[in-house]
Amino acid sequence: MTLLAGLVLALAGIMGLFLVANAHDGAIAFHGYLFVAFCALGIFWMIKRHYDEAEGTAEVEDGTRYNNAVIRAGTIASLFWGVVGFLAGLVIASQLAFPELNFHLPWTNFGRLRPVHTSAVIFAFGGNVLIATSFYVVQRTCRARLAGDWAPWFVFWGYQLFIVLAASGYVLGVTQSKEYAEPEWYVDLWLTVVWVVYLLVFLGTLMKRREPHIYVANWFYLAFIVTIAMLHIVNNLALPVSLSGTKSYALFAGVQDALTQWWYGHNAVGFFLTAGFLGIMYYFVPKQANRPVYSYRLSIVHFWSLIFLYIWAGPHHLHYTALPDWAQTLGMTFSIMLWMPSWGGMINGLMTLSGAWDKLRTDPVLRMLAVSVAFYGMSTFEGPVMSIKAVNSLSHYTDWTVGHVHSGALGWVGFVSFGALYFLVPKLWNRQRLYSLALVSLHFWVATIGIVLYITAMWVSGILQGLMWRAYDTLGFLEYSFVETVEAMHPFYVIRALGGLLYLIGALIMVYNCWRTIRGDIREEGRIGAPAGRPAVAAAE
Amino acid sequence: MAFKHDVIEKNSILLLVLILLVVSVGGLVEIAPLFYLESTIEKVKGMRPYSPLELAGRNIYIREGCYNCHSQMVRPLRDEEERYGHYSLAAESMYDHPFQWGSKRTGPDLARVGGRYSDGWHVAHMADPRSVVPESIMPGYPFLAQTPLRTDDIAAHLSTNVLIGVPYSDAMIEMARQDIVAQADPDSDGAEAVTERYPGAVVSNFDGNAAKLTELDAVIAYLQVLGTLVDFEAYEPEANYR
Repeated sequence: MTLLAGLVLALAGIMGLFLVANAHDGAIAFHGYLFVAFCALGIFWMIKRHYDEAEGTAEVEDGTRYNNAVIRAGTIASLFWGVVGFLAGLVIASQLAFPELNFHLPWTNFGRLRPVHTSAVIFAFGGNVLIATSFYVVQRTCRARLAGDWAPWFVFWGYQLFIVLAASGYVLGVTQSKEYAEPEWYVDLWLTVVWVVYLLVFLGTLMKRREPHIYVANWFYLAFIVTIAMLHIVNNLALPVSLSGTKSYALFAGVQDALTQWWYGHNAVGFFLTAGFLGIMYYFVPKQANRPVYSYRLSIVHFWSLIFLYIWAGPHHLHYTALPDWAQTLGMTFSIMLWMPSWGGMINGLMTLSGAWDKLRTDPVLRMLAVSVAFYGMSTFEGPVMSIKAVNSLSHYTDWTVGHVHSGALGWVGFVSFGALYFLVPKLWNRQRLYSLALVSLHFWVATIGIVLYITAMWVSGILQGLMWRAYDTLGFLEYSFVETVEAMHPFYVIRALGGLLYLIGALIMVYNCWRTIRGDIREEGRIGAPAGRPAVAAAE
Repeated sequence: MAFKHDVIEKNSILLLVLILLVVSVGGLVEIAPLFYLESTIEKVKGMRPYSPLELAGRNIYIREGCYNCHSQMVRPLRDEEERYGHYSLAAESMYDHPFQWGSKRTGPDLARVGGRYSDGWHVAHMADPRSVVPESIMPGYPFLAQTPLRTDDIAAHLSTNVLIGVPYSDAMIEMARQDIVAQADPDSDGAEAVTERYPGAVVSNFDGNAAKLTELDAVIAYLQVLGTLVDFEAYEPEANYR
């Protein structure tokens, strides 16, 4: 296997050299060098590990030697990319409030940095959380070591390379302009290779399992991996102008391309940001609450109805466009139906706390997880409402959409990830507990206030701008010029940036807390939620 | 439950296959018909592929991420038609690989911006948007006017488009390098040939700098053609009813 892995790396390195040697533009030469460096380091590391037998000390839990090292790496990568992504978000939010921050330069303008933010939070932060947690969950729930020796490491490092290629490409102007699928053809091909190996590792572990049943969290992870593969391949079909140039032309055009893109785009939400993170919910909420999942039957109904209905919802991104009416109506109908499985899942997650509600007061990690599920319920109610054509005619093209996305992204995806990371760090580094639960609580409140500022500002600015666009004066003329509506957005853009700043500060608190935990420090502190005025009895368990 | 879900839960391959089947349905039903239902793309007069200079400008528009803030899709709503013009047709983006409909209007819709502003306005606006629109929050793109336009590979761009269905003729590909220069130089010999090959193309010294063909020339050429091609005098929506 080592030889095979080495061969794969050598082959990729040769392709990198080809890109460098024939480079049609500067960006691809740079990316060729990155490929070569990646492969050289990889091969060096493989050789080193071959002579370095101390590596891979056995970590036995329940009689299984789990592969924890790659999950530790994934945890650190998640923390790192989380901060990068939130910071990029803060930068572009500030640019909208204060346009001077674009600096009149190509590499710092909003148009190039916005995909850096979206890719960093969705794919770099979210993706690393998903890879790390899925590797953790699949091993525990199957009682089997992760399949493959090099494969999980290839998935981890290959995915980091994908992120670096994508983000550096955007800054250099390499993009195919399909939202959330901006990377160009060669980066897409690389991700496809990484993703197939990811699927094989996950599936291989499922097949090795020593439990008769596949646990529900793994259904969601598997659906996420498979569906993302399908969406990624179809939406990125393109023809490069040159085999050693960055530029490609999408295979589809106009209306067909638009629906393919939003079939992809909405299900990047549905499968990357929902199904995958529901996998996290189904493992970490019961674990943290120490209660079984509320309903097994509801899990089954939730799973199949969610994955069946989600895939239809794409056309609601194209209401009143040149997409045929039948497709719009179909998309709207399925988007409204989607409300039901979404809330089924929310109920299943929240009701798992039955009999453990008191822990919300004393366990800020569980509080974070529970609130994430509540945000999930809120944004999956808002979504169907916005997919109704009459509502969409107002909300589309405005900040309301941006606010909606962020209530899901910051509230649901962010909080459920933070909860999982707080759960994982002490476990993976064999620490008694987190460094400080008080800091978790502080993170929770700072981030929650940030979210509230963010989404309320976007609701007001979105609805305000939508109404201003369609306002008529008494003589029957449009009341506002476009730029007057832009001007009206300014205060809300400032508030939004402030909300983002708070969210970033929360993440930095988390990084500090995790770092101290990894170092093995424990902060002496009273029990959270202990009645006021009474001295703390003992340090938490 | 009469049906035993256990069977699926105990077989990872069966689970995988069933997931694939279940998630394929929606896309097949919604997307596949768009490729064969004739009513999807209207019959119109005037649509043509982009001229080499317009295509190069479009690629810069994509490179700079303009689609992040500007839509190119006028919806059939009263206020939008009054603000931007006739609602957009599917036919108008039939040669757009990929489409540029956008999803957010931080700035105004650009589907019909062609001919709305003078070249000079665009030059000033691109260099510093707030010099012409004080309340604007658009980034400045002064570097476009300084960057020479890359023309050596334009024929390859056209022939790539041919492979994915854009009807560029052999002559268009052969003359692409001449056309891309000529469209920005009204006094050149090839200027007339550009409008013959690409009816409705604007031939102009877009960036005001006759000495150099810059990226700004290309971007303005692209902006000036947006939404101007379809002949709405001859367009009958009813003809597309089926």
